[in-house]
Amino acid sequence: MPIWLQRQKYLIDFTLASLLRRRAKNLGLLLVYALIVFALASVMLYTHALRHEAAHVLAGAPEIVLQRMVAGRHDLIGEEHIARIGQVRGVQTKAGRLWGYFYDPAVKANYTLMVPPDREIAPGDAIIGAGIARTRGLSAGDYLTLRGSDGKAHTLRVAGLLDARSELVSSDLVLVAEPFFRAFFGIPAGQYTDVALRVRNAQEVRKVAEKLTLLLPDTRPILRDEVLRTYDAIFNWRQGVVAVLLLGAILAFVVFAWDKASGLSAEERREIGILKAIGWETSDVIRMKFWEGAIVSLTAFLLGYLAAYAHVFLADAALFEPVLKGWAVLYPRFALVPTVDGLQLATLFFFTVFPYTVATIVPIWRAAITDPDTVMR
Amino acid sequence: MIELVDVRKAFNQGRPNEFWAIRGVSLTVDANRVTVLKGPSGSGKTTLLSMIGCLSRPTAGRILFETQLLSGLPERFLTAVRRGTFGFIFQQFNLIKGVTVLENVMLPAYPLGGPRRRLEARAHDLLAQFGLAAKAGYRVEWLSGGEAQRTAICRALVNDPRVLVADEPTANLDTQLSRDFMGIVGDLRAAGKTVLLSSHDPEVYDSPVVDRVVEMRDGRLAGG
Amino acid sequence: MLLNPAVLALLAVSAVVTLLMTLAAAFAVRVLRHWDITSGSERQLRLERRTYLIATLVAFCCGAEALSLLLFVYNAEAMHTQFVGAMCATGVLNVNRWGWPTLFLQIAAFFAGAVWLTLNRLDNQGWDYPLIRVKYGLLLGIVPLVAAGAVVQALYFLNLQPDVITSCCGALFSPDSAGVAGEVAGTAPRDAAVALGASGVLVAGSGAWLLRRGSGGWVFGGSALAAFLVALAAVVSLIALYVYEHPHHHCPFCVLKAGHDHVGYWLYLPLFAGAALALGAAAVAPWRGVPSLAAAVPGETRRLTWLALAGFGLFYAVAAWTILRSGLTMVGVWW
Repeated sequence: MPIWLQRQKYLIDFTLASLLRRRAKNLGLLLVYALIVFALASVMLYTHALRHEAAHVLAGAPEIVLQRMVAGRHDLIGEEHIARIGQVRGVQTKAGRLWGYFYDPAVKANYTLMVPPDREIAPGDAIIGAGIARTRGLSAGDYLTLRGSDGKAHTLRVAGLLDARSELVSSDLVLVAEPFFRAFFGIPAGQYTDVALRVRNAQEVRKVAEKLTLLLPDTRPILRDEVLRTYDAIFNWRQGVVAVLLLGAILAFVVFAWDKASGLSAEERREIGILKAIGWETSDVIRMKFWEGAIVSLTAFLLGYLAAYAHVFLADAALFEPVLKGWAVLYPRFALVPTVDGLQLATLFFFTVFPYTVATIVPIWRAAITDPDTVMR
Repeated sequence: MIELVDVRKAFNQGRPNEFWAIRGVSLTVDANRVTVLKGPSGSGKTTLLSMIGCLSRPTAGRILFETQLLSGLPERFLTAVRRGTFGFIFQQFNLIKGVTVLENVMLPAYPLGGPRRRLEARAHDLLAQFGLAAKAGYRVEWLSGGEAQRTAICRALVNDPRVLVADEPTANLDTQLSRDFMGIVGDLRAAGKTVLLSSHDPEVYDSPVVDRVVEMRDGRLAGG
Repeated sequence: MLLNPAVLALLAVSAVVTLLMTLAAAFAVRVLRHWDITSGSERQLRLERRTYLIATLVAFCCGAEALSLLLFVYNAEAMHTQFVGAMCATGVLNVNRWGWPTLFLQIAAFFAGAVWLTLNRLDNQGWDYPLIRVKYGLLLGIVPLVAAGAVVQALYFLNLQPDVITSCCGALFSPDSAGVAGEVAGTAPRDAAVALGASGVLVAGSGAWLLRRGSGGWVFGGSALAAFLVALAAVVSLIALYVYEHPHHHCPFCVLKAGHDHVGYWLYLPLFAGAALALGAAAVAPWRGVPSLAAAVPGETRRLTWLALAGFGLFYAVAAWTILRSGLTMVGVWW
């Protein structure tokens, strides 16, 4: 083994032993440190997973959705509009969509009613999201009665439940057949909520949207990438806000670390004095202290990160779900898909290990320059 | 072997409480001899010893080890010289608590980074030589005074230094243990080491193994 | 301004690093003013002990700079979804005119820090610290570089407008676009390969000369710097094409992605390390004449040179392997 490597090994061995000898003092530091990592990592893992989820959901969405606007408000779009889109180059398919919201006073929640474009549903049947099933206590075969726009009660037979995998958006969904939808909301035949367009080449999406606004001046195209971008911005922003809030905690932690590192006990001071007297050099002591910091940081980082991972992905982020998610009464109770990425880890590192190290540099140096002859006085 | 030329040492230089602990000492220490610095406390023995042993630097004057000038060296290089040339035995023994006897002995060699196996073998040899083989795994706070001192001697010898420096080595020992210690000093001399002691204990400076006694008073050599 | 944790972290890190470097420089000035190696005074001892703090601060800053360089690229990569037209880090760096300067300044600061640490390491082996004025003078030069990097980075992040339509690697690194990037990308792969080979030979040759004669450090450092720049250009104009197996995709960042087996790390890490070590060797070699360093310089130079050559060697090996392994065959078109 090369000499420098063996030297580091000796230093690490000795440092580990000293850390264990002063267990009580170091445990406090470790706990606070791990708590900081835990809080930050939880926020990051959670928002990252939500963003991932949203992106996953949108991946199957149409590239462009076209809405008709009347006096600045979203209105129904007719078949003649769809016909006028005609042969815009690059558009692969176009289809009118039917969907809308329904407020259910029974559970004080909004449902999303929708006619699925890709599956046949028998008239009178419905497929419902897990959130609705939970709050109304429904399972397949039960009946769900809703009051339509005509004031009459419409009854649906629950034919099945939606896959819970992307519950974030499907939680409040009710899938129904087209005739039912039109009757329930009173939408005449030939009218749609909006139009979904598929564009094969991603580079052409903007061009197609431009042509559409020229061709149909009373419509507004919504691009999938735009939605995704908005989601990203919102999630990033929320993450940023939480990080700013946690900045106070990080500063407190820095002060704490500084205090711990500079408040050496008489025993530790004596120890460093002895080491220097028997032949350790100032840089050896700095290196030893560096290893001490590295060991503490690594342990705290691992503990905090693993705890955060468990918190977010096993305990469904129980601690701050209401703050970061809650936008509906029907709480989606979905299992987030665990995602970890380098950017996140690096950011977390800079929010925790970096401030800790900055806080300890000067105290470490101060301890390391202890006069070697102190032990003789 | 070691030559001091008009060495002076000040503390709190330039401040109102400036204090000259050593005020012009010129001295030659011969190789393979036992030299004792004798004098009352506050006479500057320990300060002089720490300068000779490269623990601190003189404010003025020169210290030569053989042909190498030590007095001008920065701490970094003084440490390197100290590690290889001097072994220290302190008045309070200064062992590190909570650590085993074996590891205490090995500590001075850590910054050198030699292979662990060889280092351990050397430490075990030394412990055996001083009758501590059975105590290698003990923590140092369980040792008696004599055992603690012998551990400190092993630690001083682990890097095989040419010079041993001991500051008031018998201050915490009873008469019998002090005699034992002087016996060990005699053995070390026989093994070719140069030994430098500071003491005001007659057991030390009247001991037959001592070759030369240098008396100090108020930071100067008495009568010199 | 986009508020996101990575951006916050980068801004905070650059501010702290600038602060610490300024602190180190202030200490250095004080050390220089009162330094007297022949004195045994307590003040000289305090100054000597200060040098440990300065070295520790610079080492820490250099490490932080290297890591934040990585975070900067990661972050640019991750932010591409927020800018119209950006498909990877290139597009995000193009959003305003401060993006690329930030990257270049950070790289420069990293190299400067690495060279300083090598010089410091050498100086610590001379009992009279013969290079103390040289190295602390250099330190005073590095501080503005680091500060400029921090300011430019802050300008970059503060001026990020999400509604700007940017151009990405496809447009920037296309042979038709104007500017340095376009010209680099427009370099014929054959020319790039020749330049890459030639610069490799230059580095190997000057390195061998330095190893054999112990002189010519500056030549080695200069050729390593040239080879470093040629290598970066070659990544854009030649190697990337083989990584992506696409004759027109030139992006220097996409190679870092998992989809390409992270081959980018295998290219960039040895290249950066090799260049930094070679510059270090160049900084060390000329001090043979200083009596207190005469013993240390040859060994140190040799070690640094060997390591630098190993770094470059690994880079060239990975580059060659990438090209040979690739499914892209351009025999008859380019060759």
